[in-house]
Amino acid sequence: MNLQQSDIEKVAHLARLKIEHEDIDTYASNLSDILNLVAQMDSVDTRDITPMAHPLDLCQRLRSDCVDETDQREAFQSIAPAVENGLYLVPQVIE
Amino acid sequence: MQWEVVIGLEIHAQLATQSKIFSAASTAYGAAPNSQACAVDLGLPGVLPVLNAEAVRMAAKFGLAIGATVAPRSIFARKNYFYPDLPKGYQISQFEHPVVGAGNVEIELEDGTRKIIGVTRAHLEEDAGKSLHEDFHGMTGIDLNRAGTPLLEIVSEPDMRCAKEAVAYMKKIHSLVRYLEICDGNMQEGSFRCDANVSVRIKGEEKLGTRSEIKNLNSFRFVERAINLEVERQIDLLENGASVVQETRLYDSEKHETRSMRSKEEAFDYRYFPDPDLLPLEISDTLLNEIRATLPELPDAKKARFVETYQLSFEEANQLTASRELAAYYEQVVASTGGHAKLCANWIVGTLMGALNKEGLDITTSRIDATALSSLIKRIADNTISGKIAKQVFDALWDGAADADSVIREKGLQQITDDSAIKAIVNDVVSNNPAQLEQYRSGKEKLFGFFVGQVMKATQGKANPAQVNALLKKALSA
Repeated sequence: MNLQQSDIEKVAHLARLKIEHEDIDTYASNLSDILNLVAQMDSVDTRDITPMAHPLDLCQRLRSDCVDETDQREAFQSIAPAVENGLYLVPQVIE
Repeated sequence: MQWEVVIGLEIHAQLATQSKIFSAASTAYGAAPNSQACAVDLGLPGVLPVLNAEAVRMAAKFGLAIGATVAPRSIFARKNYFYPDLPKGYQISQFEHPVVGAGNVEIELEDGTRKIIGVTRAHLEEDAGKSLHEDFHGMTGIDLNRAGTPLLEIVSEPDMRCAKEAVAYMKKIHSLVRYLEICDGNMQEGSFRCDANVSVRIKGEEKLGTRSEIKNLNSFRFVERAINLEVERQIDLLENGASVVQETRLYDSEKHETRSMRSKEEAFDYRYFPDPDLLPLEISDTLLNEIRATLPELPDAKKARFVETYQLSFEEANQLTASRELAAYYEQVVASTGGHAKLCANWIVGTLMGALNKEGLDITTSRIDATALSSLIKRIADNTISGKIAKQVFDALWDGAADADSVIREKGLQQITDDSAIKAIVNDVVSNNPAQLEQYRSGKEKLFGFFVGQVMKATQGKANPAQVNALLKKALSA
């Protein structure tokens, strides 16, 4: 698989990563190499194999439905760049 | 041109757990901003989500209630997108392997037709926080109390063909989740809301038209209006040679319009992948059987039983089983009146529901409890009061009187059933109205009603109507 410049731009945008234009070709070739490495597995017959969702062969442990968190707003908000009336403030979002 | 409308709904039901789906913070509504957003909800580094057992049970309960397969193994996935009210940059949801598979529900329309609507799947996910767009010096305020609240997203097949069907389906699911006690159904608080996928196609066409998705509809009325508006808009576009763009739209109930939410044409690319923080969810047969044993009688079964046991019409049964609380109220009234199922249904569906609607109340906030209403119905059934007088007693109960007997006693409303007493009044009325008597006897039989009226007036409506009729007939023809 050979990633194009537009693929790199799209992935970078989706991940909100700022990349330099002159680096795009290097990213494209490096990421293509990774995909090609993984693509080698396509040649293995996996018809009778249940896809794995997690490397651990265990299932999810469940928690009983109890509230035991206390209000730590002050501590959390002490590291936030901007707060007001208990709210976190962020640059305006316009839909 | 004949158009066909195709609608599918995605309903978000907030599960009625005490704590969040992946953290032990409270889900209680209305707390001070961010006072119920813990480190897990904030997505701080180093935290791990741990799944809430109750949320799993509730999802499974829903699956069993709609005849769906509850997956023995399901997977949580990350749905990636950036928005400030989603602190982790992804929402934990389920994608390829949801906890509830395909099932169905039956809806009933106003004209009595019934239709099966398919449910494609239902999956567990976490809710996002809330963005407050009021002006904070050009910034947006974020409250993350809702972040991590458990949701069951219930996805329907595109089986609905008009807004009314969509509303009937939404009401059905609403009633179901409340019967199951897995969601409080409170639409004002956003505990039950839906997105509608709407498209139109030329009648007879197989292929679906391009759809738009109307987001966050939080009332039955809005669902109906928004869909109708959207259908009109799409047909207008197509008839004018334009095409429908696949997009997300927002319904504005004040301006009564839908408008595009995101101008970007770029389709959302959520890059789902299995969440490495969570292991596969396994639901054993043992657990499933345990949950099955806790299922209450569901609306359809209850309705059928009401028709069968109480000899009610389908419509009456339908209304009385609209909520579990109303059905319980009805059965309590029937039991304490010792039967009289039909009479109880008439008073609840007719009079009580009317009074509740008028004041915007529901059965749980009714001003007449089941015991008080039973006391009234008992007195109608044993002929102590007539139906007409009963309305007066009902009003007194509504205004706070404790029971029917004390109202009847205090206001002297007891029905007159003594034959000789009624006869005396009948005779008085007949002899006091010689002119009418003359006319009646010469063939003007319509005047019978006049005499009945006079007797009722003389007894302030308390005479037993059947006895009055019989005695009057006798006296007039004598």
